Amino acid sequence: MKTFIAILLIALSSSALADGRKLAVPDNPLWQTECGSCHMAYPPQLLTAANWRQMMKGLDSHFGANATLDAKEGVEILAFLERYAARDQRYSANTQRITDTAWFQREHRELSNSVWTHAKVKSRANCTACHVTAERGDWSEHSIRMPDGRRWE
Amino acid sequence: MTAKKIGVAILFIVGAGIAYAETPSSLIAGYTAEASRATPGFAPSAERGQSVFMRKWGVSKTMPSCATCHNDQPTAEGKHVVTSKRIAPLSPAVNQKRFTDLAKVEKWFGRNCKEVVGRECSAAEKADFIQFVSKGSQI
Ligand code: HEC
Ligand code: HEC
Ligand code: HEC
Repeated sequence: MKTFIAILLIALSSSALADGRKLAVPDNPLWQTECGSCHMAYPPQLLTAANWRQMMKGLDSHFGANATLDAKEGVEILAFLERYAARDQRYSANTQRITDTAWFQREHRELSNSVWTHAKVKSRANCTACHVTAERGDWSEHSIRMPDGRRWE
Repeated sequence: MTAKKIGVAILFIVGAGIAYAETPSSLIAGYTAEASRATPGFAPSAERGQSVFMRKWGVSKTMPSCATCHNDQPTAEGKHVVTSKRIAPLSPAVNQKRFTDLAKVEKWFGRNCKEVVGRECSAAEKADFIQFVSKGSQI
């Protein structure tokens, strides 16, 4: 019985994460500025600590961009990312792309291929093209606007 | 001056220092001094700065020029060419936060020059660049 409840709790907590309400983090101006200048500051919860460590080692060639930090900034930001990182392997990708994780693929499985290449989206990593309130921490489904302007029903 | 007044004055200076440690002109002056050591008599030129800004350097296919992300008009909003994120105008004529923090300016010259120009920008190029974007329009 106890194991059953434990399993149920784990199942409930991971679906609560999937519904996007658990993606908030406390204010961290350094992370917000440094990791939010070229794209939105992606929630630390969406990759594992091992993924973040790997990424932070190669900021000089970061997905085709030069995102180098000084050593002190790098250490502080990595500590923050690790602290809120996912523990579940569904949030892991050896490319260090959130968009390559099993979680992301499953969550977005109902989207058609053409929507990702839409001129207003261009990249799957352009979360805020659809999740228009995500930078305020609101990822909820009713706040989604598809590139054609429609809501997601 | 009483000790209290001196205290207030110091606080004021420190406070102002945090808000605007540098200004576009103090940065131009600093880079000009550095450039003058290699090129005596160096004077910053907005015209040369414009060509740093507009030139297609032929190093990166996705980011051929500074204007690729910062817009042809530095007073207008730019857009990151890969991520589509909006970038606030680079010109201090319309965006007072620009060129007020040496560490930030050095960080981005460092990253963007390596990507676009394929090397560090020189002190002379940096002085010219700030001179140009501060003008607020194309020449
Ligand atoms: C092309 C539009 C689009 C882009 C780009 C996009 N998403 Fe989504 N996202 C959706 C849609 C639509 C749903 C709802 C899918 C469903 O319910 O079947 C969704 C669902 C989600 C959810 C669950 C929301 C909830 O409350 O159930 C999260 C979290 C999420 N996306 C995160 C991201 C992240 C992170 C990125 C960028 C790395 C991203 N999305 C990029 C359209 C998009
Ligand atoms: C100099 C610009 C720049 C900076 C600074 C930067 N990034 Fe990126 N990042 C990029 C680009 C470009 C991509 C690729 C986006 C795409 O494919 O649409 C990217 C992609 C990513 C992705 C993968 C998105 C996906 O799922 O496809 C993650 C995660 C990421 N960045 C995290 C970070 C973190 C953490 C920091 C701070 C340490 C950071 N970035 C700082 C430019 C930057
Ligand atoms: C791939 C897109 C991209 C290209 C190309 C690019 N930049 Fe930038 N630049 C950015 C981003 C992103 C920022 C930081 C975001 C912000 O401050 O709004 C930035 C900020 C800067 C800053 C900081 C200014 C300040 O005081 O806030 C300077 C200086 C700068 N860029 C110079 C250049 C120069 C010089 C070039 C060409 C050699 C160039 N950039 C090309 C994306 C780009």
